[in-house]
Amino acid sequence: MSALRPSRRTFLAAVVSLGLLGACVSDSTEGGSAGGGNAQGDTIKVGILHSLSGTMAISEVSVRDAELLAIEEINAAGGVLGKQIEPVIEDGASDWPTFAEKADKLINSDKVAATFGGWTSASRKAMLPVFERNESLLYYPVQYEGLEASPYIFYSGATTNQQIIPALDHLKAQGARTLFLVGSDYVFPRTANQIIKAYAGANGMEIVGEEYTPLGNTEYATVVNKLQAAQPDFVFNTLNGDSNVAFFKELSNVGLDSTSMPTLSVSIAEEEIRGIGVDNLEGHLVAWNYYQTTDTPENEKFVAAYKAKYGENRVTADPIEAGYVQVHLWAMAVEKAGSTEVDAVKEASKGLTFDAPEGTVTIDEENQHISKTARIGQVGADGLIEEIAGSDAPIEPDPFLTTYPWAANLSQGNG
Amino acid sequence: MEVWLPQLFAGLGVAAVLLLIALGLTFTFGQMNVINMAHGEFIMAGAYTPYVLQGVMGAGLAGVAFGLALPVAFLVTGMLGLVLERVLIRRLYGRPLDTLLVTWGISLMLQQLARDLFGAPNVQVVAPAWLRGSLDLGPVTLSYARVFTIALVSLIVIAVGIYLTRLAHGRRMRAVMQNRQLAGCSGIDTNRVDQLTFFVGSGLAGVAGVALTLLGPVGPGIGTVYIVDAFLVVIVGGLGQLRGAVIAAVALGLLNSFLEYGSTASLAKVGVFAAIVVFLQFRPQGLVALRTRALT
Repeated sequence: MSALRPSRRTFLAAVVSLGLLGACVSDSTEGGSAGGGNAQGDTIKVGILHSLSGTMAISEVSVRDAELLAIEEINAAGGVLGKQIEPVIEDGASDWPTFAEKADKLINSDKVAATFGGWTSASRKAMLPVFERNESLLYYPVQYEGLEASPYIFYSGATTNQQIIPALDHLKAQGARTLFLVGSDYVFPRTANQIIKAYAGANGMEIVGEEYTPLGNTEYATVVNKLQAAQPDFVFNTLNGDSNVAFFKELSNVGLDSTSMPTLSVSIAEEEIRGIGVDNLEGHLVAWNYYQTTDTPENEKFVAAYKAKYGENRVTADPIEAGYVQVHLWAMAVEKAGSTEVDAVKEASKGLTFDAPEGTVTIDEENQHISKTARIGQVGADGLIEEIAGSDAPIEPDPFLTTYPWAANLSQGNG
Repeated sequence: MEVWLPQLFAGLGVAAVLLLIALGLTFTFGQMNVINMAHGEFIMAGAYTPYVLQGVMGAGLAGVAFGLALPVAFLVTGMLGLVLERVLIRRLYGRPLDTLLVTWGISLMLQQLARDLFGAPNVQVVAPAWLRGSLDLGPVTLSYARVFTIALVSLIVIAVGIYLTRLAHGRRMRAVMQNRQLAGCSGIDTNRVDQLTFFVGSGLAGVAGVALTLLGPVGPGIGTVYIVDAFLVVIVGGLGQLRGAVIAAVALGLLNSFLEYGSTASLAKVGVFAAIVVFLQFRPQGLVALRTRALT
């Protein structure tokens, strides 16, 4: 550990200066890269590309932290192929063209072996052509809307059949007949809602309302009025970011709680709960594959390590865990392949398993997603999430929903 | 009946928020012609004030801390504005594009500062017990938080109105706005008036920030959420016109909420913007325009 100290300190300094720089000049491409040393021979460079400034920084900074933790663990255990991993951190600045630009910089001027990054689907869609053109690898840590399988992306977050469909199954089992869909106006909620509507049609559920608000919207009085008029059994919430705070404050301000207006959210994890206020969220449902309370020995270790490095106050959450897992998956694949060469890593990744904090995960042979256990959780008074239902075993990823007959006519983006 | 009454109240709620965030700007932008892009970050600084106070005073006094935050935020962001005016903006009067860029840079720096001080995730401000819950009036549910914002903004409007028309300070401020040279010739220290104007305008942003913690997120980036709407209200209302800002905020709030009920939130935003563009074609000076005989 002590051998790591100095590099960690320069690292933090670089991160801070980079954050400041990114905030001031969001287009700077030659920002200080962490580490800085040119010891090409003894280190393997990897890219870390998240929004460290702008509206998405709220979520993505923690994923970066988890990825750095994983790198530190791997380095402490001797690195990969006998070399230390050297992270090169870039700021996507919550701006999708910047993600593409920085991805290009990481691949072509830093010559990274792989990149870990992205959060919103928009940022992934912006980076996808860059990684495909350069035949370089991107590891993407967030649950998303599916209907994609790039040969150059590893998807370590859930696809729809590992999160949204299990959530719908749970609501159906609870006897929900009518759903109201509330979402932010961009690709993930619109595609997710398309899937939800197809599911509802096939399962005798009725969609009594569908509302989209612009990303960052903070005014929910009208939406809540519409909810009260429609009186759905459940609200399916795909809002993202700050909007969730305004939405749940509005619900709670007009006296609606988890019994009078129950909701199920797919973008609210432990980190967001505090910002929204536990009082406003208690009892509401969420769907993920991992919670801080998930009961595995690996998770106990992970939570302890994360808190030790970043502070007792910090919480872990699904995308944070996925960020941590994907670095380990990459390192294992490189070790197995004996090289960082892209095709070799892809080949070595097929069927690779790892005992992750969320349980054992396996990389799918075909679509480079990973199998994950679905978990429905309920927000407790302590601000943590307790699992109340879930799949007994990891669910195989099926990004194109080929095993669901009702999903035959779905295609991306036609909200 | 069933639809329009709740929507009327929702629209007034939106109007109150719009007015709250725009009031400070009617001073700095309207009176002084300073395009202060950091206005949103003053709102953000105001929003963090109850968070800090609640942290210091403990959970038991959350309600007291919230009430205390209103005047404290006024002073804190007022001072922040004063420093900004003294150090930078003073040198840039009459150069609106330069002020725009400089204050935008300041706003980014303040955002990063907040991120370093309080962390990137949103924080929680505990709403005082007396502001939770709602009043049930048949078809309308009036949440206390909304009633509070509407009452607060009404109070501020009245106070600002009295200040501008009845008090010597306020009258000097208007004199400087209407004709800087003549005011200076008449013995008014325009430099001091500018400082005071900037202090009050920035302070009002802080008060807005405290109230907005009841309704929206509290995080480093919230300034960017409100800044555009604030400028819209001031421009539609007419530069520096309190009456104009009030009418503009109510009109935009109602338009927005009724359009949103009939369509979707995204479409309502488009509709409101389109209406503003058309309106400004016919009345570029805004709803209420200052008439002066000055030769400019």
